[in-house]
This record gives sequence, C-alpha cells and structure tokens, in this order.
Amino acid sequence: MSESVEEYLEAIYAFNEKGELAKNQDLADRLRVSPASVTQMIKKLADEGLLTYEPYKGVLLTGKGTARAQKVVRKHRLIERFLHDALGFSKEKVHDEACRLEHSLSDEVASALCENMSNPPTCPDDGNPIPPCTLDYSTCDQCKALRERESSRLLTQLSRLRPGDSGRVSFTRGGGTARQRIADMGLCHGAEVKVVNAAPFQGPVEVEVRGTRLALGRELADKVYIEVGEAAEPASHPHGPHHVIH
Amino acid sequence: MSNKENQPKQEKTDVEGVITVALAGNANVGKSVIFNQLTGLHQHVGNWPGKTVKRAEGTLVHDDYTIDVVDLPGIYSLSTYSLEERVSREYIAVEHPDAIINVVDASALERNLFFTAQLLELEPHLIVALNLMDIAGKRGVHVNTRRLSESLGVPVVATTAVKSLGLHELMDEAIRVHKEGSPTSRPLSFGPEVEKTVATLTKALEDLETLYPRRWVAVKLLESDEEIETLVYERSPHIREEVEAAKKKMEEIHGHDTASVITSERYIQASRIAAEVSTHVEPGRSGWRSLEDATSHPVFGYAIMIGVVVGMFFSIFTLGGFATGILGSAFDALKTWYFVAVGEGAIQGFVWSGLIEGVMAGVSIALPYIVPFFLVLSLLEDSGYLARIAFLMDSLMHKIGLHGKGFIPMMLGFGCNVPACLGCSIMETERERLICAFVSSLVPCAARSIVIMGLVATYLGFGWAAALYAIDFALIFILGRIAFKVLPGEPVGLIMEMPIYRRPSAKVTAQRTWFRVKDFVYEAFPIMVAGNFVIYIANALGLIAIIQDIFSPVTVWWLGLPAATGVVLIFGILRKELTLILLASIMGTTNFTLILTTTQMFVFAFVVMIYIPCIATIAVLAKEFGGKTAAIISLTEVLLAVVLGGILYRALLLLGFG
Repeated sequence: MSESVEEYLEAIYAFNEKGELAKNQDLADRLRVSPASVTQMIKKLADEGLLTYEPYKGVLLTGKGTARAQKVVRKHRLIERFLHDALGFSKEKVHDEACRLEHSLSDEVASALCENMSNPPTCPDDGNPIPPCTLDYSTCDQCKALRERESSRLLTQLSRLRPGDSGRVSFTRGGGTARQRIADMGLCHGAEVKVVNAAPFQGPVEVEVRGTRLALGRELADKVYIEVGEAAEPASHPHGPHHVIH
Repeated sequence: MSNKENQPKQEKTDVEGVITVALAGNANVGKSVIFNQLTGLHQHVGNWPGKTVKRAEGTLVHDDYTIDVVDLPGIYSLSTYSLEERVSREYIAVEHPDAIINVVDASALERNLFFTAQLLELEPHLIVALNLMDIAGKRGVHVNTRRLSESLGVPVVATTAVKSLGLHELMDEAIRVHKEGSPTSRPLSFGPEVEKTVATLTKALEDLETLYPRRWVAVKLLESDEEIETLVYERSPHIREEVEAAKKKMEEIHGHDTASVITSERYIQASRIAAEVSTHVEPGRSGWRSLEDATSHPVFGYAIMIGVVVGMFFSIFTLGGFATGILGSAFDALKTWYFVAVGEGAIQGFVWSGLIEGVMAGVSIALPYIVPFFLVLSLLEDSGYLARIAFLMDSLMHKIGLHGKGFIPMMLGFGCNVPACLGCSIMETERERLICAFVSSLVPCAARSIVIMGLVATYLGFGWAAALYAIDFALIFILGRIAFKVLPGEPVGLIMEMPIYRRPSAKVTAQRTWFRVKDFVYEAFPIMVAGNFVIYIANALGLIAIIQDIFSPVTVWWLGLPAATGVVLIFGILRKELTLILLASIMGTTNFTLILTTTQMFVFAFVVMIYIPCIATIAVLAKEFGGKTAAIISLTEVLLAVVLGGILYRALLLLGFG
C-alpha cells in the first residue's frame, strides 16, 4: 500500500471514528494537499471500493476501507503508546514520530509491540481506542506463534461493515456463551456474510448469511471478525487511469 | 452403531398402540402449526419440571394408534446456550421418544440442516418434515425430497402445515419407524481429520455408563460442553487428559478452537447437502421484500413502527372499551334479574358478591382487552413483524439492560401484565427473563391507564397524566438498570432470525389466540375469584376497617390521602381499575374534585400505578419464577410506591399545589 493511500485512509478514519463524514476541504487541510488532489484520490479509492462519497457531505469508509485504515491506525497508535510509555516521549511529540514510523512497521513487529505492552486499549495523546488485533488468539501466549504465520488477510469487525459490504467470517473473539450461539446461527468460520441493514443509535446489524437473515446486537457484531479482502495491494499499472502523479 | 446395544434403553413395549412423537426444529418453521393441526384441541400446556420452559403436549388417534405429540421448544442447536436447548437434548436422549419429527424450513435449508445434523448425532428415530414448501417455492427454492432423504438417511415428508398438507403421511411414517424397531439413522460424517479424532475418543469412552450415544459424548467433550464434561469427568477423570490432548492437536491443525471447528464442520455438512438437494433461482424483487426493507429502515422503520403500535393500542382500547361497556351493562342487568329471581338475603348476596362477581369482573374487564390484544399480537408474530420491532428497539432496550426482544413483553404489558410476564419466556436466559418480568410488571397496563385517564387526565388535564407516564418510564429505566447490575449472570446480546414476511393464516391466528386466551383464563381466573372471595369475607368480618386503621399512618399521614383509600388500595390488588370505582362508591360521588385535591389525585394515581402488581400478575410471577421472587418483586413495588408517593406529596405541597 502506498504511503499516500495510507495517509488518506488514516485521515478519513479519524473523521469517521467521531461519527462524521470526512469533507474534501477538511482532508486537504489535514493532509496539507490541494483540494484537487483530494478529489482525485477520493475517486481512486472509491473505484477500489474503499470508500463512498456523498456530494457536499463527505466520504465514509466501506468495511474494506475501514479494515485497511485500522491496520495503519493500529500501528500508529501502538507506536505512540510505545514512545510514550517505554521511551518516555512527551504526549505532544508522539504523533509526528508515529506518522513517520507507521508506514515501515511490519505487521509482525506491530503484534510484538502490542504483546510487549500487554494489549493496550488506547493511544496516549488523545485517548482514542487502538483498533483491535485481528489474529485469532484467546490468550497473549498464542500471539507469537500466530503473528509469525500471519497471512495477508484483511480483517475487521462485523460491526464496522456497512450495508452492502460483504465478507467471510474468520473468527469470534470473546462473547462468552453467546459465542457458541453466534456460530450456531451460521456465523462460523468460512461463512459468507453480507450486511443488509444497520439500525441507528448503535443498534443491531442485519446480515444475510446462509440464505437467511439474522439480526445481531452491535456488541456481539463487535466480536465477529470478517475477512474483507487481501491486504496486499494489487500491483497497479504505472500508467493506469487512477495513478496519482506527485 | 456398535455402542448401541450396551446402552440402557427404555422398554419398547410400554403400552401397545401408544407412541410418543416429539417435534423438534428451529423457531419460525411452523412447528407449532403442525402441532396444533395434529392435536387440535386435545392439548395441554405445562412447564418442564423446574424450568420456565413451556412444554406443550397433545394427543391424536391415527390408524388405531394413540399418538402423543410433544412440541419441543424452537431451537437452533443442541448446545447449552439457552434453557430450551438443555431441556430438548435431555428429553431426546433420556426419554427416547418413539420418533422425532424434525420440522425443517425448506426455504432456509442450510441453517435448518445444521440442526438436523445435530439431531442425527443423537441417533434417534428421525423423520424430517420439510415444511413451508409453498414459501420456498415463492422464493425460488426447490428441494428434491427423495435426494434429501438419501443424503440424510432418514425419511423425508414434504408438508405445508397451514394447509394441513402432508401431515397424514407424517403420522404414517411415525408409525412405520416405530414398528421398525431400533433406529437406523446414522450421524453424518465430519471431515476425515475430525472424524478420526472423534472415533478415537469414542473408543476411549467405551466403558462409560451413559444415556447419551458415546460418539455424541465424544463430540460434546471436544466442544467443551460444560454439562457433559461434568458428567463424564466425575465418573472417569482419566479421560480428561486424552480429550485435552485431542483438542490441542485439533486447534493446532485448524488454527481455531475445537468448538468452532466442529460447528464449522457441521455447517459444511449442512451446506453440502443443501447444495446437493436444492436449486435456487433468484426470484424477482417481491413486494414483501420491499416491505421488509422499509420496516427496518433507519427512518421509515421507526415511523411505521410507531404507526403500527399506536394503531394497535388505539384499536384495542376502542374495541375493549366498547365491549366492556356492553358486557358491564349486561351483567348489571343480570345482577338485577338475579336478585329478583333469588331474592335479597345474606346468602344470595354472598353468592353474588363473593363468587360470581370475581368471574364477571374477569369476563367484562380483562377479556375485552386481552382477546383483541392476543389477536393482534398473533398477527404481528405470524407475519414476521415482531422481529422488526425487536431489531429497531434493541439500542433503547439496552438502556434498561435488556436486548431488543425484551420490548415485546413490555409492549404486551400495556395491555395486561399477565401475558407480559408469560411472554418473557422469549428471552434466552433465566436472568433476562426475570429482569424482563420485573420491568414488565411496572408497565402501566390497561387497568392502570383507566385510573390515570379517568382521574388524572379527566380532572387535572392531559399534561398531568403524561407526567405520570413519564415518571413510570423513568422508574422502569432506573429499576431495570439496578436489576441488570444486581442480578448474577452474564448479560446476553441480541441474536435472532429475521423471518421473511408472510401472510398470516386465519386458522393459525385463531388457534394461537384461542390457546393464549385459554391459558390466561386458566392462570388468572381462579386467583381473581379466590382473591375476590377472600376480600369479601374479610369485609364481611369487619377486618377491612381494622386494616384501614392500621394503614392510616401510611395513607393519611405519609401519603396525605383520605383514610378511605386504605380499603380501596386493598381491593385494588385484585384489579387496579377497581380502586376508582370503589373510591367513588365509598365517597358517594363520581365527581372527584369534591373529595380529592390536585395533589391527592396525583399521588393516589401514582400509588395505584406502582404499589403492587395485581393478584393475577403476582400469581403468574410465582408460577414462572417461584413464590419468593414474586414476593420480593411485590414488596419492592409496595415500598417504592409508599416512599416515592410520600415524597411526591410533599414536593407538590412545596410547589404550592393544593
């Protein structure tokens, strides 16, 4: 994934996280680029199915876009946490440092950082949640073995998918007794799901799975991890129509 | 299966000509419809021993055989997620019914076969009733019953229960498999890896004394089923090591925990068979589908829901009020006629007021609201709309510690708390059921609304009545939260099927309404009559006046109400709307402004609203949750009403109201 795509996804994620659509001008300000470049990039990302654009309102990441953004935001916030907690950097400095480091950090190192800091919940500067680990662990002991064989799968929680998004169930983390129930109702490893509806006010999501429709409370949908695609970006043709020339 | 012979089994020759058949399957597959069609009015609904799970049983005669039909609860799996699942698997394994009819929704074959796969693991006499064939056809799904029967290794009968199609053949099959002797069904095989592990473990369990098939026990141990673990490890602790090793190996190979692996394996079986035996042609977009989308839409969904709920209550109250009026005057006429016919006298008065009036009250006041209520509810349920309400209300219900399904019993509560408390069985766990019943018993039912409307809204204005409702909802919210925090156990989130919309059948709706009304009459009427009797006797013995004096510090000093309200509130336990009628008759006027101040009216209506569930509700709570719980709920509400009523009284005085 090119650095600039990551930066865009990260910036849009920051707006969407607060429940806002990311406006063209806001993105231009945040990324210090021209609105014209933003428009161009938004078109490219929309064509890749990473976001949708509503004229005059702004952009919203799709499930796949969220999954990709979460990957880099997670690295960013883990680095911030590490710089602050382990190396004693001040809260003001961690953000800029993390911005530089995040793009070169491998997934394996990110997981190692996470384990080393006992799976921290939030980043130090603004207290935002660190997107969850997408390895199917039940205890941190399994982390090492899992992260070594981590594939290029791109995962996010079912609750992050928007109506119209689809993917394949990978695993359920936590959930107590409901965990078995979720699987029994058909949302078990390998099942194809499509989100058809989401109730407002953090209400349940309605999904299509195995030819029927299910309603799943938001707190349960948070625990189901969905594979939404491959993480590795397909090699884009250098002279393709959406190639961004800087 | 070789392990079948040394397994303890019920004698097959219990009674000649009597066979027991159990209906098992997912929710919303028409299982209860089949049950009702088969048994008609010859059925009995009770609870499973010691459980708040309904057990419906009925009988029919078919080809000289008396067939006992047990309707098992609608479930999706045989794990231990809900009470229903525990009850069902224990029943199948321990009581060995002569045949199990697995009702399968032909339009959702894959998920339904997942359950069939689990039933097959219990190695029973299994018959599959492939139901809802008509709906499947409309959705473009065509199932080949012969191939399905071959794949599963059990007989398959196509049925359309609402039209009674295929039920005769179903009973023929039940008798046939019964005659056949020991079951010939075999569990479906897992993938080779898992199957090998299961086989090894089954062998290791050879010496275990159990009612369950050994292969099933092995699978459940791999799934870390706590109930089976306790059962097995208590008797043969040495097996634990072997199970743990097998689990660890399986987890390493598959990268997921064994329970997930086995669930996935079952779904692989189910989807393979579903793909083999059915074809699916995507039908054009139907009107129903658009309606489904509209009714769960983030904006229109709520608008439609409000319309439906308001319309429902409006029509029920209009219809109920009308019927109550007619029945009330009919009984007044009957009363006049009665005393003319038998003459005035102590005994005649006792028979009328002590005995007959209890029944009359139930018929003229409760039934006119309850019958249309159940009718509308049944329509909403059969059409599939109730699930949409639960979907839309989930986030609001979370605020009081329940999930979306909890809204349904609470909605019932506005009509009458009795069906509301009975309706709490749709929640999955005992904990959720209790929270739900507790908050439902605080919902202002029709009787309470009569008092609020007849007193507060009429004399003080609609704003005051609205304030009372607002206070009640605030209390429900706060107490719900407290119950959520205090009660032990793990909260459960919303997971439910969103059934497709279908046109409710008149016969099914009528049947369901009839059974519910019958249930209500059986549960509530005896208590209403008995309660009426007790209070009549107490009144005759002059006890009421004494109680009134004892209560006067509370009613007069603390709540600031007239002393007569003491008696009124006691009678109100029977039926809350009675408080208003009695107050008028004791005070000798129906113009309440002459006898009550603004503050008194408001406080009185508040106390009536909260102070105790009515006697029928208490009875249902005691039946569902035990006497102790019912007593705790009742006492909590009495205390709450008294404490808050007194505070309200003083606050209103301070604010300058008379």
